[in-house]
Parts: sequence; C-alpha cells; structure tokens
Amino acid sequence: MRRDIFQAIADPTRRGIVMLLALHAMTPNAMAEHFETSRQAVSKHIQILMECGLVEPKPVGREIQYHLRASKMREIEKWMEEFKAVMATRFTQLDDVLTQMKKRKA
Amino acid sequence: MSGKPLHFELDKENLTVTMERSFDAPLDDVWAAWTQAEILDQWWGPSPCRAETKEMNFTEGGRWLYAMVIPGVGKKWDSKTFLKIEPKSSFTYRSAFCDENGDVAPETKSSVWVNSFVEKNGVTTVTNVIRNDSLERLEMMLKMGFKEGYTAGLNQLEELLARSR
Repeated sequence: MRRDIFQAIADPTRRGIVMLLALHAMTPNAMAEHFETSRQAVSKHIQILMECGLVEPKPVGREIQYHLRASKMREIEKWMEEFKAVMATRFTQLDDVLTQMKKRKA
Repeated sequence: MSGKPLHFELDKENLTVTMERSFDAPLDDVWAAWTQAEILDQWWGPSPCRAETKEMNFTEGGRWLYAMVIPGVGKKWDSKTFLKIEPKSSFTYRSAFCDENGDVAPETKSSVWVNSFVEKNGVTTVTNVIRNDSLERLEMMLKMGFKEGYTAGLNQLEELLARSR
C-alpha cells in the first residue's frame, strides 16, 4: 500500500518521532526512551514513516540510525506549483470562452 | 490576446491560498461561466483534460458533480457542494473527490473555496480564497514538531538537548 506524508503524522507517537528526528538522527532504542512504549512499537512506527518516505535508515557501526528526509517536507510546495499551473490553464481557457460569449452577443 | 496575470499567494498564517484574476468581460458573463454547467464544461478541465457535468444544482446545499476526463486515464469524479450563495457577488463551496454518485469517502481531504466577483469598467475580477486540508495538516505537523502539541514533547526535547550537549 502506498502511504502519503499525511498518514505519517496521523499518529501522535509518529509526530513525536518526526519531532525528535528533526533534531538529529537516532536509533530506535534511543527513540523508545522518549516514549512510553516498547522498542517494537517504535520500530513499527518507523516502518510506517519509511513507507511514507519521510525517514531513511543509515547504518552507523552495528546500529541503524534513522534520519528525516527534509525533501519530503517540500511536497506541499510542489503541490502548490502544480495547482497554480492548472488554475492558470483554466483561466486562459475561460478568457477564450468569455470572448466567444461576447462575440455571440454582438 | 494574452491573458491577464494570475496573482497567487500562500498565506501560511491563515492556511489559505488566495488567487486573483481579472477577465475582460462583464460580471454577468463571468458569473455565468462559474455557475452554469454548460459553460463550466468548456473551461474547467485544464487541457488536455475536460470537465463533464453529471449534475448541477446551483443552490445553497446543492452541488456540482462532474467528471474530469483525463485522456488515456479515465474519469476522476469531483464534487462542489454549495454552502453559501450571494447572487452576482460571491459563492462558497466545499470541494472533494468522490465517486460517480457523488459520495465522498470518509477521511477524504477537501477544501473550501470562497469565490468573489467584482466588476469595474467592464473588467471583472475574481478572487478565490481556498482553505485546504492539506495545508492544515502541514501546519499541524510543523506545530507538533516545533511549537507545541506532543504532550510530553517539549520536556523530552529539553532533556534530549541537554543530553546531546
């Protein structure tokens, strides 16, 4: 199943994880210390965050650290650009329609 | 004749997108183009897509149900439910993707558009103020992460910062 960035933040623990990772990369053990939950539960949340493309694993020695992919945060900006382009196209088409309406009346 | 410029602005404080665009046409025509299905079908679909109306009931509580016909892909259904109408002045709708019967699945993201129309010297300016769930969620994320939100978050954050020093 494809997940999106909004699912990533639908859960309070995941929002907390994102908040922690915004500071610096961490291992699941280090993260679990900050939540009243097991390492297993944290790992499950990390799994979901990875499926959303929001976090990435990075091996450090024998451990795996997770870090936040900042580029994912720019998705909204991308959406805005696309939306603006769609609206600009519509309005140019509306110009043509209005010109035709005027001609018909003349 | 090339089109007039589109003013487009993201207001992160109020979580809205504001667009403003002028059209070289009287208010009556522009209002009709935004509110009558047969005219909307001629311009709402951004080329090469086109809009195909299934149902239009331009009254408060009524809706515009249409398919965006995307070449090579098919139909994507969308509905605009009219919340408030002030004739020849403004109207507000909630926009959401739906199925062909106009049913919106729970949890579907939606946006609310307030569309205002003003004519001056034969030129009509349309202002769209759009409040989008996506922006709301982004804002929530930023707030949760950096301002407030997560219950024990700030205390833990302080601890963490202290420890990492």
